[in-house]
Amino acid sequence: MDRTDEQLLETIADLHGIPEGSFNIRKNGKLLARNSDSDIEIVSKKDKDGIDIIVEPNVKNKSVHIPVLLTVGDFKDTVYNDFYIGENADVTIIAGCGIHNDACSDAEHDGIHTFYLSKNAKVRYVEKHYASRNGTGKKVFDPITKIYLKENAQFILEATQLGGVTYTDRKTYATVGKRAQLTVKEKILTDNEERAITDFKIKLSGEGSRADVVSRSVARGRSMQKFQSDLIGKNECFGHVECDGIVLDNARIISTPKIDAVSPEASLIHEAAVGKIAGEQLLKLMSLGLSEQEAEDAIIRGFLN
Amino acid sequence: MLELKNITYSVKDEQNGKRQTILQDVNLTFGDKAITVITGPNGSGKSTLIKLLMGFEKPTSGKIYFNGEDITDCSVTERARKGFTMAFQQPVRFKGITVKRLLEMACGKKLDMDGMCDCLSSVGLCARNYIDRAVDGTLSGGELKRIELATAIAKGGEVFLLDEPEAGIDLWSFEDLVKIFERLHDKTVIIVSHQQRILETADKIILFDNDKLVSAGRKEDMFKILSQRPSLCWRNVKENG
Repeated sequence: MDRTDEQLLETIADLHGIPEGSFNIRKNGKLLARNSDSDIEIVSKKDKDGIDIIVEPNVKNKSVHIPVLLTVGDFKDTVYNDFYIGENADVTIIAGCGIHNDACSDAEHDGIHTFYLSKNAKVRYVEKHYASRNGTGKKVFDPITKIYLKENAQFILEATQLGGVTYTDRKTYATVGKRAQLTVKEKILTDNEERAITDFKIKLSGEGSRADVVSRSVARGRSMQKFQSDLIGKNECFGHVECDGIVLDNARIISTPKIDAVSPEASLIHEAAVGKIAGEQLLKLMSLGLSEQEAEDAIIRGFLN
Repeated sequence: MLELKNITYSVKDEQNGKRQTILQDVNLTFGDKAITVITGPNGSGKSTLIKLLMGFEKPTSGKIYFNGEDITDCSVTERARKGFTMAFQQPVRFKGITVKRLLEMACGKKLDMDGMCDCLSSVGLCARNYIDRAVDGTLSGGELKRIELATAIAKGGEVFLLDEPEAGIDLWSFEDLVKIFERLHDKTVIIVSHQQRILETADKIILFDNDKLVSAGRKEDMFKILSQRPSLCWRNVKENG
């Protein structure tokens, strides 16, 4: 592992060197390091590129790190990771991918992740995407996340993309079972000519199921973001989708909500607000002594906090 | 010493294109170490005056001097750094910015728990319950107003501009509010208010009506004028006049 690898790991997974517990570090399509234990087992797939992560029932307060590093151009890395979470388990999964592309050809990572949560299982899934260097080669992420929640399961998805990614097309599909709960906190910052598309399709199938999706995005320069959500209530359930966007310079944000109460017992809400920073917010912080630029930065930092 | 000389402020009426005068040839002096309360009916230009002092708006004509320096063209940031501090009538909400972060931006440094307790307890809030909360719609109007005042205290300064500080604060907490003014007794404090209990804290009262400064003077003298013209000053003064 070189200095670049260490810096990427720190950015995407808050890691300082090799983590404790179970982990799988992948670099340029190959396994760099792995540790697997009896509570959280990591097994390579035989039929395709990827791993199975198996969390035993009743495993509590454990974490697993599965970061991916991409440090070369002209490389497309597609990986299939499946997560099987046992009953009553409660774990944190830190994923994330860092691309460091100096080349003039493209680097792309597509993580196809599928989560199967058993009854009463709880997962906090933290995913950071980051790209660096000014090579003309594109830095692309096209992740697909599929989530299946059994009775009373809870899944918290914290997805963050705060810079340097040329293009991303994120797809998240979830099926939420009886009294199960899905929480999504998504933060995206784009600049220059970057493009980010994020697409949610959530089926609230079980009685008493809940979903809460909050997406905060900031678009600068000439970047463009597209937010799409499709929330389907098939039972007595509660669903809430909130998309807030700050637009700066000549950027653009498009928000397309769809809520579908298939069951008359479904309660679904969509909120969306897109616009520039409110003038009164800038004035308030300037009246505390901040310059206009400092005020703008503080508002954006807070918004994406 | 803060002085307004021949301040006029007018805006273009969007509908008929004519200029509408909000303030007409206002001359005022605010002394150091004094509380001045500006009062008068809605729409008489009180809040506009505060905005002109903080630099949110520029006067159409006239000059503003602070300690002899012409600050008419100074920006909001420059005025804030010279010691002007404002508490907004309607506190601004910020998604994601916590009470702690706002207080730290106000005082320009990291704050420990003691520092935050000092600011928040003076407005009747317990720091532990609030520092990690976002300054957004999850807080009530009264809580936001208290945090607005705490932010002004955290920033400090020489000139405090408080636009209707009592709005949204329950009557039971008025004593706390008065204590805040007492804490600022060595500063130049300018308050826009309609409440008699706040008028009573003033060294000087200024009465506005119809875009103009009607009269200004010592509290005792002004109370006589206000009680003689109840149409200008509303319920509490009227009831007790």
